[in-house]
Amino acid sequence: MWYYEKKLQYPVKVRECNPRLAKYLIEQYGGADGELSAALRYLNQRYTIPNKVVGLLNDIGTEEFAHLEMIATMVYKLTKDATPEQMKAAGLAADYANHDNALFYHNAAGSPWTATYIQAKGDPIADIYEDIAAEEKARATYQWIINLSDDPELNDSLKFLREREIVHSQRFREAAQILMDERDTKQYF
Amino acid sequence: MDNTNTKYYYPYISPFDPCKPIVIKSYSTPPHLYMGFQPPNLPQFSTAREALFRGTLWPALYDTYPPEKAREE
Repeated sequence: MWYYEKKLQYPVKVRECNPRLAKYLIEQYGGADGELSAALRYLNQRYTIPNKVVGLLNDIGTEEFAHLEMIATMVYKLTKDATPEQMKAAGLAADYANHDNALFYHNAAGSPWTATYIQAKGDPIADIYEDIAAEEKARATYQWIINLSDDPELNDSLKFLREREIVHSQRFREAAQILMDERDTKQYF
Repeated sequence: MDNTNTKYYYPYISPFDPCKPIVIKSYSTPPHLYMGFQPPNLPQFSTAREALFRGTLWPALYDTYPPEKAREE
Protein backbone atom coordinates (compact mmCIF):
# COMPACT_ATOMS: atom_id res chain seq x y z
CA MET A 1 0.00 0.00 0.00
CA TRP A 2 0.99 3.61 -0.23
CA TYR A 3 0.96 6.61 2.05
CA TYR A 4 0.13 9.91 0.44
CA GLU A 5 1.85 13.20 1.19
CA LYS A 6 -0.26 16.11 0.10
CA LYS A 7 2.57 18.02 -1.57
CA LEU A 8 4.51 17.82 -4.80
CA GLN A 9 7.94 16.19 -5.00
CA TYR A 10 9.30 19.47 -6.41
CA PRO A 11 7.47 22.81 -6.62
CA VAL A 12 5.62 23.64 -9.82
CA LYS A 13 5.31 27.29 -10.80
CA VAL A 14 3.71 28.43 -14.02
CA ARG A 15 4.20 32.03 -15.13
CA GLU A 16 1.39 32.45 -17.64
CA CYS A 17 -1.73 30.86 -19.10
CA ASN A 18 -0.27 28.92 -22.02
CA PRO A 19 -2.48 26.12 -23.40
CA ARG A 20 -0.08 25.53 -26.28
CA LEU A 21 2.66 24.48 -23.88
CA ALA A 22 0.16 22.19 -22.14
CA LYS A 23 -0.48 20.55 -25.50
CA TYR A 24 3.20 19.59 -25.70
CA LEU A 25 3.57 18.72 -22.02
CA ILE A 26 0.74 16.22 -22.18
CA GLU A 27 3.25 13.96 -23.96
CA GLN A 28 4.82 13.27 -20.57
CA TYR A 29 1.39 12.61 -19.07
CA GLY A 30 -0.17 10.08 -21.45
CA GLY A 31 2.58 9.50 -24.02
CA ALA A 32 4.55 6.32 -24.72
CA ASP A 33 7.56 7.48 -22.70
CA GLY A 34 5.56 9.50 -20.19
CA GLU A 35 5.28 9.20 -16.44
CA LEU A 36 2.11 7.08 -16.50
CA SER A 37 3.78 4.52 -18.73
CA ALA A 38 6.84 4.53 -16.48
CA ALA A 39 4.94 4.08 -13.22
CA LEU A 40 2.75 1.28 -14.55
CA ARG A 41 5.67 -0.45 -16.27
CA TYR A 42 7.87 -0.62 -13.17
CA LEU A 43 5.17 -1.40 -10.63
CA ASN A 44 3.99 -4.27 -12.82
CA GLN A 45 7.40 -5.73 -13.66
CA ARG A 46 8.45 -5.85 -10.01
CA TYR A 47 6.48 -9.04 -9.29
CA THR A 48 8.53 -11.28 -11.55
CA ILE A 49 12.03 -9.86 -11.18
CA PRO A 50 14.77 -11.28 -8.90
CA ASN A 51 14.50 -10.22 -5.25
CA LYS A 52 17.51 -7.91 -5.35
CA VAL A 53 15.89 -5.46 -7.75
CA VAL A 54 12.23 -5.66 -6.65
CA GLY A 55 12.70 -2.77 -4.22
CA LEU A 56 14.28 -0.59 -6.90
CA LEU A 57 11.33 -1.04 -9.27
CA ASN A 58 8.95 -0.42 -6.38
CA ASP A 59 10.65 2.82 -5.36
CA ILE A 60 11.17 4.22 -8.84
CA GLY A 61 7.64 3.25 -9.89
CA THR A 62 6.31 5.11 -6.90
CA GLU A 63 8.41 8.18 -7.71
CA GLU A 64 7.06 8.15 -11.26
CA PHE A 65 3.58 8.71 -9.84
CA ALA A 66 4.96 11.74 -8.00
CA HIS A 67 6.28 12.98 -11.36
CA LEU A 68 2.93 12.28 -13.00
CA GLU A 69 1.33 14.48 -10.39
CA MET A 70 3.78 17.29 -11.16
CA ILE A 71 3.02 17.08 -14.89
CA ALA A 72 -0.70 17.06 -14.11
CA THR A 73 -0.25 20.20 -12.02
CA MET A 74 1.64 21.91 -14.84
CA VAL A 75 -0.95 21.02 -17.47
CA TYR A 76 -3.76 22.01 -15.14
CA LYS A 77 -2.23 25.39 -14.37
CA LEU A 78 -1.34 26.11 -18.01
CA THR A 79 -4.95 25.60 -19.09
CA LYS A 80 -6.92 26.57 -15.99
CA ASP A 81 -9.58 29.13 -16.93
CA ALA A 82 -8.39 29.22 -20.53
CA THR A 83 -11.32 30.26 -22.70
CA PRO A 84 -12.55 28.14 -25.62
CA GLU A 85 -11.02 30.79 -27.88
CA GLN A 86 -7.63 30.40 -26.20
CA MET A 87 -7.89 26.60 -26.42
CA LYS A 88 -8.75 26.87 -30.09
CA ALA A 89 -5.86 29.23 -30.74
CA ALA A 90 -3.51 26.73 -29.09
CA GLY A 91 -4.66 23.93 -31.39
CA LEU A 92 -6.67 22.31 -28.59
CA ALA A 93 -10.15 22.72 -30.08
CA ALA A 94 -10.59 18.96 -30.56
CA ASP A 95 -9.35 18.36 -27.02
CA TYR A 96 -11.77 20.97 -25.69
CA ALA A 97 -14.67 19.43 -27.62
CA ASN A 98 -14.03 16.10 -25.91
CA HIS A 99 -12.82 17.07 -22.43
CA ASP A 100 -13.52 20.75 -21.75
CA ASN A 101 -10.44 21.74 -19.72
CA ALA A 102 -10.12 18.33 -18.06
CA LEU A 103 -6.86 16.40 -18.23
CA PHE A 104 -6.76 13.15 -20.11
CA TYR A 105 -4.16 10.45 -20.75
CA HIS A 106 -3.14 11.05 -24.34
CA ASN A 107 0.02 12.12 -26.08
CA ALA A 108 0.83 15.47 -27.69
CA ALA A 109 -0.80 14.30 -30.93
CA GLY A 110 -4.01 13.27 -29.14
CA SER A 111 -3.63 9.47 -29.24
CA PRO A 112 -5.02 7.95 -26.04
CA TRP A 113 -2.68 6.10 -23.70
CA THR A 114 -2.46 2.37 -24.40
CA ALA A 115 -0.93 -0.56 -22.54
CA THR A 116 0.98 -1.40 -25.73
CA TYR A 117 3.35 1.41 -24.67
CA ILE A 118 4.74 -0.83 -21.93
CA GLN A 119 5.98 -4.38 -21.68
CA ALA A 120 6.63 -7.10 -19.14
CA LYS A 121 8.69 -9.76 -20.85
CA GLY A 122 9.35 -11.79 -17.72
CA ASP A 123 13.02 -12.08 -18.66
CA PRO A 124 14.87 -9.94 -16.09
CA ILE A 125 17.53 -8.70 -18.53
CA ALA A 126 14.96 -7.79 -21.19
CA ASP A 127 12.79 -5.95 -18.66
CA ILE A 128 15.60 -3.95 -17.06
CA TYR A 129 17.04 -3.01 -20.47
CA GLU A 130 13.57 -1.77 -21.49
CA ASP A 131 13.52 0.33 -18.33
CA ILE A 132 16.92 1.87 -19.10
CA ALA A 133 15.74 2.71 -22.63
CA ALA A 134 12.50 4.18 -21.26
CA GLU A 135 14.41 6.50 -18.91
CA GLU A 136 16.61 7.77 -21.75
CA LYS A 137 13.56 8.34 -23.96
CA ALA A 138 11.83 10.24 -21.15
CA ARG A 139 14.98 12.34 -20.64
CA ALA A 140 15.01 13.16 -24.37
CA THR A 141 11.31 14.08 -24.27
CA TYR A 142 11.98 16.50 -21.42
CA GLN A 143 14.77 18.07 -23.47
CA TRP A 144 12.50 18.65 -26.46
CA ILE A 145 9.78 20.12 -24.23
CA ILE A 146 12.30 22.42 -22.52
CA ASN A 147 13.43 23.49 -26.01
CA LEU A 148 9.83 24.34 -26.92
CA SER A 149 9.05 26.12 -23.65
CA ASP A 150 9.72 29.78 -22.91
CA ASP A 151 8.48 29.66 -19.31
CA PRO A 152 11.58 29.83 -17.06
CA GLU A 153 9.77 28.76 -13.90
CA LEU A 154 8.15 25.79 -15.59
CA ASN A 155 11.51 24.88 -17.12
CA ASP A 156 13.02 24.80 -13.65
CA SER A 157 10.63 22.00 -12.69
CA LEU A 158 11.20 20.24 -16.03
CA LYS A 159 14.97 20.34 -15.47
CA PHE A 160 14.44 18.65 -12.11
CA LEU A 161 12.37 15.92 -13.78
CA ARG A 162 14.96 15.48 -16.53
CA GLU A 163 17.65 15.01 -13.89
CA ARG A 164 15.57 12.33 -12.17
CA GLU A 165 15.47 10.38 -15.44
CA ILE A 166 19.27 10.39 -15.45
CA VAL A 167 19.40 9.09 -11.88
CA HIS A 168 16.82 6.40 -12.60
CA SER A 169 18.69 5.26 -15.69
CA GLN A 170 21.85 4.94 -13.60
CA ARG A 171 20.03 2.91 -10.93
CA PHE A 172 18.61 0.58 -13.60
CA ARG A 173 22.07 0.14 -15.11
CA GLU A 174 23.28 -0.91 -11.67
CA ALA A 175 20.35 -3.32 -11.46
CA ALA A 176 21.42 -4.86 -14.79
CA GLN A 177 24.91 -5.31 -13.33
CA ILE A 178 23.48 -6.94 -10.21
CA LEU A 179 21.51 -9.34 -12.42
CA MET A 180 24.71 -10.23 -14.28
CA ASP A 181 26.83 -10.70 -11.19
CA GLU A 182 27.52 -14.19 -9.92
CA ARG A 183 26.27 -13.63 -6.37
CA ASP A 184 23.26 -15.91 -6.40
CA THR A 185 24.59 -18.44 -8.85
CA LYS A 186 24.71 -22.08 -7.93
CA GLN A 187 28.29 -22.87 -8.85
CA TYR A 188 29.42 -26.42 -9.47
CA PHE A 189 33.04 -27.31 -9.63
CA MET B 1 34.37 -19.35 -19.12
CA ASP B 2 34.51 -16.50 -16.62
CA ASN B 3 30.77 -15.93 -16.38
CA THR B 4 27.90 -18.36 -16.09
CA ASN B 5 25.11 -17.87 -18.61
CA THR B 6 22.34 -18.81 -16.22
CA LYS B 7 21.68 -17.16 -12.88
CA TYR B 8 19.57 -18.46 -10.04
CA TYR B 9 17.63 -16.78 -7.26
CA TYR B 10 15.41 -17.82 -4.41
CA PRO B 11 12.12 -15.92 -4.57
CA TYR B 12 10.11 -15.23 -1.44
CA ILE B 13 7.66 -18.04 -0.72
CA SER B 14 4.59 -17.29 1.36
CA PRO B 15 3.07 -20.04 3.53
CA PHE B 16 -0.19 -19.20 1.75
CA ASP B 17 0.97 -19.54 -1.88
CA PRO B 18 -1.65 -21.72 -3.59
CA CYS B 19 0.57 -23.12 -6.35
CA LYS B 20 3.40 -25.50 -5.46
CA PRO B 21 6.37 -23.15 -4.98
CA ILE B 22 9.32 -23.14 -7.34
CA VAL B 23 12.13 -22.79 -4.82
CA ILE B 24 14.86 -21.75 -7.24
CA LYS B 25 14.17 -19.64 -10.30
CA SER B 26 16.59 -19.11 -13.14
CA TYR B 27 17.16 -16.57 -15.88
CA SER B 28 19.51 -16.18 -18.83
CA THR B 29 22.52 -13.89 -18.90
CA PRO B 30 23.90 -14.70 -22.38
CA PRO B 31 27.58 -14.15 -23.22
CA HIS B 32 27.08 -10.92 -25.19
CA LEU B 33 26.13 -9.13 -21.94
CA TYR B 34 29.70 -9.49 -20.76
CA MET B 35 31.49 -8.83 -24.03
CA GLY B 36 30.72 -5.18 -24.78
CA PHE B 37 32.12 -4.29 -28.21
CA GLN B 38 33.19 -7.55 -29.79
CA PRO B 39 37.01 -7.84 -29.87
CA PRO B 40 38.59 -8.58 -33.27
CA ASN B 41 39.94 -11.97 -34.33
CA LEU B 42 37.95 -14.14 -31.95
CA PRO B 43 38.36 -17.88 -32.56
CA GLN B 44 35.75 -19.28 -34.96
CA PHE B 45 34.00 -22.63 -35.24
CA SER B 46 36.15 -25.00 -37.27
CA THR B 47 33.51 -25.76 -39.91
CA ALA B 48 31.03 -23.56 -41.75
CA ARG B 49 28.37 -26.21 -41.10
CA GLU B 50 28.78 -25.90 -37.36
CA ALA B 51 28.65 -22.10 -37.52
CA LEU B 52 25.54 -22.14 -39.72
CA PHE B 53 23.69 -24.52 -37.46
CA ARG B 54 24.56 -22.59 -34.31
CA GLY B 55 23.77 -19.20 -35.76
CA THR B 56 27.13 -17.64 -34.99
CA LEU B 57 30.70 -17.81 -36.25
CA TRP B 58 32.14 -17.46 -32.77
CA PRO B 59 31.97 -19.94 -29.88
CA ALA B 60 32.36 -16.97 -27.52
CA LEU B 61 28.90 -15.75 -28.54
CA TYR B 62 27.23 -19.15 -28.55
CA ASP B 63 24.75 -19.72 -25.74
CA THR B 64 22.92 -22.98 -25.14
CA TYR B 65 19.23 -22.76 -24.44
CA PRO B 66 17.58 -24.20 -22.45
CA PRO B 67 20.43 -24.37 -19.97
CA GLU B 68 21.73 -27.76 -19.00
CA LYS B 69 19.64 -29.12 -16.18
CA ALA B 70 20.72 -27.66 -12.90
CA ARG B 71 21.43 -30.29 -10.31
CA GLU B 72 18.44 -30.86 -8.04
CA GLU B 73 18.87 -29.65 -4.49
